Amino acid sequence: MSYIELKNVSFEYPGGFLAVDDISMSIEKGENVAIVGQNGAGKTTTVKLLNALHYPTKGDVLIGDMNTRKFTTAQVSRRVGYVFQNPDDQIFHSTIIDEVAFGPKMMRLPDDRQKQLVNKALSMTGMKRYRHENPYNLPLSVRKFVTIASIIAMDCDVMVFDEPTAGQDYVGNKRLAKIIRTLSEQGKTLITISHDMVFVADHFPRIIVMSNKKIIADGTPQDVFWNLPILEEAMLKQPYVSRICHELGVGDRIIRMDEAVDAIAFACGIKEDMA
Amino acid sequence: MGAVIKVENITYRYPLTEKPAIKNLSFEIEEGGFYGIIGPNGSGKTTLCALLRGFAPSFYKGDLEGQVLVDEKPTTAYLEGELSLRIGYVFQNPFNQISGVKDTVFEEIAYGLENFGVPVDEIEDRVVRAMKLTDIESLAMKKPFEISGGQQQRMALASTLVLEPGILIIDEPTSQLDPEGTESVFKVIETLKQTKKTVILVEHKIDLIAEYAEKIIVLKNGEAIRIGDKQDILSDIALEAEGIQLPQYAALGSRLRERGVDLEYIPITEKQALDVIGKAISKEAKTNVVH
Ligand SMILES: Nc1ncnc2c1ncn2[C@@H]1O[C@H](COP(=O)(O)OP(=O)(O)OP(=O)(O)O)[C@@H](O)[C@H]1O
Ligand SMILES: Nc1ncnc2c1ncn2[C@@H]1O[C@H](COP(=O)(O)OP(=O)(O)OP(=O)(O)O)[C@@H](O)[C@H]1O
Ligand SMILES: [Mg+2]
Ligand SMILES: [Mg+2]
Repeated sequence: MSYIELKNVSFEYPGGFLAVDDISMSIEKGENVAIVGQNGAGKTTTVKLLNALHYPTKGDVLIGDMNTRKFTTAQVSRRVGYVFQNPDDQIFHSTIIDEVAFGPKMMRLPDDRQKQLVNKALSMTGMKRYRHENPYNLPLSVRKFVTIASIIAMDCDVMVFDEPTAGQDYVGNKRLAKIIRTLSEQGKTLITISHDMVFVADHFPRIIVMSNKKIIADGTPQDVFWNLPILEEAMLKQPYVSRICHELGVGDRIIRMDEAVDAIAFACGIKEDMA
Repeated sequence: MGAVIKVENITYRYPLTEKPAIKNLSFEIEEGGFYGIIGPNGSGKTTLCALLRGFAPSFYKGDLEGQVLVDEKPTTAYLEGELSLRIGYVFQNPFNQISGVKDTVFEEIAYGLENFGVPVDEIEDRVVRAMKLTDIESLAMKKPFEISGGQQQRMALASTLVLEPGILIIDEPTSQLDPEGTESVFKVIETLKQTKKTVILVEHKIDLIAEYAEKIIVLKNGEAIRIGDKQDILSDIALEAEGIQLPQYAALGSRLRERGVDLEYIPITEKQALDVIGKAISKEAKTNVVH
């Protein structure tokens, strides 16, 4: 059995709206997975089932040896940290350092361990220089890193990032990519929701596609981004370089910039990388 | 066509800050134009929007040198609320834009029109149209807080489009949108041009700016480091060194050139990329035939 298992899970919001319809998925410990799909597909609802912000109305969610049904949200969220889509749903302290220190404090870790975790989280996210600021004095794009730092500081086995790429600039995206790489190397299990197809294609070995309350595809970036009917169903697009190689009939299922450069240069009769 | 907004050598500081958020900026916005404002986080894009709309300095206070003219009149000379009919504004954070006083998505979008005293049947028509444009008709009866992040952002855009203002300032309207929804927002904006609406759009999605906008303003540390036509600006590899992402096709083009591929020009749109890379490939195919 995998570390994370969703078994025939459905979720209905109070009032009766069915947002997730009979989905199953398995994620191994240490995997680095992206979830993509159209607005309203059920991505946020699904990941909130992982840390017991929601409980399934049907089926079971298993995290290691825990069935979320038998645990409180506080218990499950020690193992699964969730970074909210809207940072303002998460932040409630008036300085960044207090916000980030809150998790370790609640976990009643020894003082020096708390300090160490908070420091690590602040430096990894680039938030150290802002630590005495009020989070609301910072732009939304930066506040997102505050919420990421809070979850990193809790050192959960599983970390879920909901739309971290939204509104980020070039440098912000690079920083995010680096955070994800570092955590992944440390053996964390990571789940990232994003609408940025280039970011997803570049940084995740596995992509889960949701559409209309269901999972409709699950595979490598090549599998997903070259399955055109699936992309259309999920209202997604190929990365730009894939589109152009597709139109030009160049290369084999190109996903990334460097592959596109190689394939086009080759088609132009340039065989070697001169650089 | 004349200028609807003139920015005359403005420098602006927020209250209690020393460093200006906008420095020595001058440019004009022509009627019917589609302007893209780009730049790194914290470079002053939102501040500039607030200045164009007159929120700064009137609401944010702070210190403004120089002036912003809307229809030849300084923003500071307008009465509170007077500009809200002329300039529609979509705030950056869609989550903060919900009025909180309406029970359904439909009523939320109708809210502004009600305030302006528009007759009821006209309101209904216009709200339905705005919901169609943003593809949220099916959510009409949902509660504004009980919809997904991207759906909230679509609702925020619809709430402004419905007012049909002559000038639209839109601050990152697609940050939470799926790729299809993002593209359709740009298409909607493009159709606004046909009715001579002026659009000022802040976006990080540089590939779509390249595809759809006409003029570009690049901000960095509060200063405009480039103002002009998108073709020249977005094909300039030097921007990368300034921490500004090039469109994927421009990056691809410049890497291909580095590799020795003979490209006529650096493409910024899909059409241009197909054209210029297609030509480079067929040139090679021809020389092969000759050999
Ligand atoms: N509190 C709620 N009550 C009722 N329905 C809801 C609630 N929150 C979300 N929904 C609905 O559930 C569906 C799934 O929402 P969810 O937030 O999971 O989507 P998502 O895939 O994360 O979308 P986005 O990309 O826009 O963030 C949507 O149709 C939404 O309208
Ligand atoms: N209300 C405020 N008071 C003081 N300083 C502010 C205020 N709002 C913004 N600033 C500062 O002004 C500068 C420009 O911020 P602005 O929000 O305009 O940037 P931006 O380009 O829109 O960034 P982003 O891409 O993150 O939205 C930043 O240094 C920011 O911290
Ligand atoms: Mg969501
Ligand atoms: Mg901004």
